[in-house]
Amino acid sequence: MKQRLLIAEPSEVIVDGLKSILEAQIRFKVLEPEMDASRLAERLLATHPDVVLVNPTMVDNLSKLRENCSGAMVALVYQYIERDELKNYDSIVDIRDSRAVIIETLTQASPGEQAANQGNYELTKRETAVLVQLAQGKTNKEIADALNVSVHTVISHRKNITHKTGIKSVAGLTVYAMLNNLINS
Amino acid sequence: MNHQKSRLFSRDRRLSDLITAHPALLSLLTRLNISLGFGDRSIADVCEASDVDTDFFLLICNVYTFNNYVPSTATILGTDMSGLVPYLKKSHKYYVEKRLPHIEKHLDAIAQKLNGRIGRVFISFFEEYKSEVAHHFAHEEQDVFPHIDGLMSGKADTTYVIGEFIDTHSDIEGKLDDLLNIVFKYLPPQVDDDNVLDVVYDILRLSEDLKKHTFIEEKIMVPLVKHLEKAILK
Repeated sequence: MKQRLLIAEPSEVIVDGLKSILEAQIRFKVLEPEMDASRLAERLLATHPDVVLVNPTMVDNLSKLRENCSGAMVALVYQYIERDELKNYDSIVDIRDSRAVIIETLTQASPGEQAANQGNYELTKRETAVLVQLAQGKTNKEIADALNVSVHTVISHRKNITHKTGIKSVAGLTVYAMLNNLINS
Repeated sequence: MNHQKSRLFSRDRRLSDLITAHPALLSLLTRLNISLGFGDRSIADVCEASDVDTDFFLLICNVYTFNNYVPSTATILGTDMSGLVPYLKKSHKYYVEKRLPHIEKHLDAIAQKLNGRIGRVFISFFEEYKSEVAHHFAHEEQDVFPHIDGLMSGKADTTYVIGEFIDTHSDIEGKLDDLLNIVFKYLPPQVDDDNVLDVVYDILRLSEDLKKHTFIEEKIMVPLVKHLEKAILK
């Protein structure tokens, strides 16, 4: 199944460049790009993209946006952005990345790709982040606040973690996290 | 339903046939006060000689063997249930004193091969599980079972009602499944030895047994107690 991809970026030149790379990829259906920050939330709600490649300067409140859209949020970076702000995205594309790297990053981030790619039970970066917080004894609410996502999103990540690992309890997930060197104590 | 009923064990079959067909039932015998050496006698004969109610014995064996079998309230009420609480207590003892120590022995050996810190977390996961199980069983033995004993001897006891049990009965198999996944999927290759296989078999066996134990509590004990509570409050 094609992954529906929305590019949210104010610069026409960059939008056109990304479109020319991504439209050649059969795995993506590139939606009409959104160049107006004030309309982004509405667009997400209307189009429900699987992947959003978004310029972080267009985003006021990422967790609010996530409530409108369950797709992966990938930051499109070509200028300096606070690290703290970037850590809440599922993945990062740097405008200086090569064509192949951009395609690979977006493919990895797309949820449909992960489901279709049978046998891939690796946790995503986002799921790993949630797992680490869980293992540190944080509640769903605390994790949501720390990762700047909704509690609903945290619960959905936890479901995926349990589905992939077969481990339900927090104590069990803590052992898992240690065995995989995700946490130290 | 009729089709299923016809497959259930009946009193005239040889006990040895039952065990041959379903070896897992062997672990039930001591808990039901039946010793080995029963020769070729029928289930009814062996039960009578051991002073065990045959219908009760069959009820438990049938529940353990046939996954879809849920005894009707009529069957439950038509069976002498005086053996139920002693059976559940013996099962608790069997899990705590026999099965869990077996698993623990293997886990200790596995932990020796893990890096110290991970080994300790691994062991403390099991320690935590053991204390949850102990807590779970203690609640049943201190509150639920005396309540049932009281009802069976005709005493009205209003301080506890079985409704509370249904609300709070927790799942004690879930963490075992977690342990199973950790042991056979995520342990580093350097601990791959006989202990891993042994403990996987032990956990699978205990997990199955606990599922049936929970089933007996929820689908046999609870309906029975609800009926007794109603009868005594009339």
